[in-house]
Amino acid sequence: MNMEKIIDAENLTKKFGNFIAVNDVTFQVGQGEIFGFLGANGAGKTTAIKMLCGLLTPTGGKATVAGFDVFKETEKIKNNIGYMSQRFSLYEDLTVAENLEFYGGVYGLRKNIIKDKTDYFLKLLNMEEERNKLLKSLPLGWKQKLAFLTAIIHEPKIVFLDEPTGGVDPVMRRQFWTLIYKAAEEGTTVFVTTHYMDEAEYCGRISMMVDGKIAALDTPTKLKEKFNASTMHEVFVKIARG
Amino acid sequence: MKTILHILKKEFLQIFRNRSMLPMIFVMPLVQLLILSNAATYEIKNINYCLVDLDQSTFSRDLAERFRQNGYFILSGNEFSTNEAIEGFKTNQWKLILHIPKDFEKDFRREGKSKVQLLINAEDGAAAGLINNYSSNIVQQFNQDIITEYIPSGGSMNMPPMINVNFTNWYNPELNYKTYMVPGILVALVTMIGTFLTGMNIAREKEIGTIEQLNVTPIKKYQFIVGKLFPFWIIGLFELAFGLMLGRIIYDIPMLGSPVVLFSLTGIYLISMLGIGLLISTITDTQQQAMFIAWFIMVIFILMGGIFTAVESMPDWAQKLTFFNPISHFSKAIRMIMLKGSGFKDLVREFTALSGFAFLIITFAVLRYRKTN
Repeated sequence: MNMEKIIDAENLTKKFGNFIAVNDVTFQVGQGEIFGFLGANGAGKTTAIKMLCGLLTPTGGKATVAGFDVFKETEKIKNNIGYMSQRFSLYEDLTVAENLEFYGGVYGLRKNIIKDKTDYFLKLLNMEEERNKLLKSLPLGWKQKLAFLTAIIHEPKIVFLDEPTGGVDPVMRRQFWTLIYKAAEEGTTVFVTTHYMDEAEYCGRISMMVDGKIAALDTPTKLKEKFNASTMHEVFVKIARG
Repeated sequence: MKTILHILKKEFLQIFRNRSMLPMIFVMPLVQLLILSNAATYEIKNINYCLVDLDQSTFSRDLAERFRQNGYFILSGNEFSTNEAIEGFKTNQWKLILHIPKDFEKDFRREGKSKVQLLINAEDGAAAGLINNYSSNIVQQFNQDIITEYIPSGGSMNMPPMINVNFTNWYNPELNYKTYMVPGILVALVTMIGTFLTGMNIAREKEIGTIEQLNVTPIKKYQFIVGKLFPFWIIGLFELAFGLMLGRIIYDIPMLGSPVVLFSLTGIYLISMLGIGLLISTITDTQQQAMFIAWFIMVIFILMGGIFTAVESMPDWAQKLTFFNPISHFSKAIRMIMLKGSGFKDLVREFTALSGFAFLIITFAVLRYRKTN
């Protein structure tokens, strides 16, 4: 990897009491990469992502995100990242435009920029008619695409996506990934967790987490070679069985 | 500053889009003022009593008649022995037995004194006290009247000298309980709006998961807190204005003091209540938990705050505890302002105490609230 390192984690650990959620994890992510974080439910993906976003303080190890320390400079990290959580994160009782205005506003974007972004996003999603509809009236897939665009409204260096496509149909997931590619092409680093193995194929590099540890880390092609498998699904099953 | 405005705009949009919010803001004060101020009175009317008149004389009939006409008492039985009358206590037929013994009149005429017995059901001590008061007044009045009527003036040297006590009730001359209760109900209203709505509002963000999204934004702690608390501060003050207006229109409650003093005191008081709401939201994850804890705290605060129960009648240790209850200072002050027209310099103690609480609680709540866990 000869790109500039935008995420650099070394021996990162998080304990909750006796339970070690993330155990001594080391990895780097380069500028502009689509980095996949894979693993079964409970493998520690969400905990890892929350530490990198400054939502959780790590128990041990060290890490920098966009050059800032996850222990001391969480507020500086927050200016440089976007985050879309596993749980739905827009306001159901606000309209599409009001949601974008609120999040754009708290990132300090000017009014006319928010308006341009809103126009652009709605055109991209083909949702111009829904501009002034309450969010709760929209289907889940649409809401998730909107949540992704909201997470990158301030053009962050990195966007963290925590199982962004949970619960939506394959067509929607495909469309969602088109948006991810588009953001990556524009230079945003994408850090995405998923447990859909077909989505893993879309990532530049993948780390496989098992019980809080990284069991494998490489490009999808190399992982398949290494584990002598034809799909990522087979790779996952082989790794998970140990 | 701009960030705070964005949060405020979002909060107000959400508050006014919430279907249960507007009824809560307008119906709650109306219902509380209409029902509570009529229900929560210390007066007792319509006291059922039983007459045991063993004398059947002019005197005994006169005394019995006075009870009947007093307005507080209702004659609901005539018995001819005390034992039978006591049976009526057991079945809750009456609360008072007026027992006039045989030779009531004869003794008075012959010896200048005679006895009458009042038996009161004192299961409810406070009520028994009131019944005792009302009936003693009647007997005393009767006593005075017969002395002046039957003992020829100047003829008797052994008539005891009498001191007439004259009462004047200040600040609430008609002893109207509503005048006392309405300010108390306004306190309860402002308190509940402050604590419940704030606590539940932030707990709701946790429940639906948006708090995490807010915590990854560069919103600063103070911006978040001001943005979250300010709307409810405004609503709290509005509730006070609305409640004062209703109290004026419906019950003609006086407002002798300066509204400026009242509203600035309420503004300070609300800060502590909003702080408690914020504290509750930092230790809970769902609206249900927030509601439960807020309710628990409210019950203690309100019962120990002198709104419905007089602080003076509490045991000494409890009276000392009320010092740490912001409600007790506020309910005292609001009555002073509204009923006595007390001004800022009469309320230095209350202003100081409430400012102290506001500062302590909000500081603690702000320290407890964390963007990073």
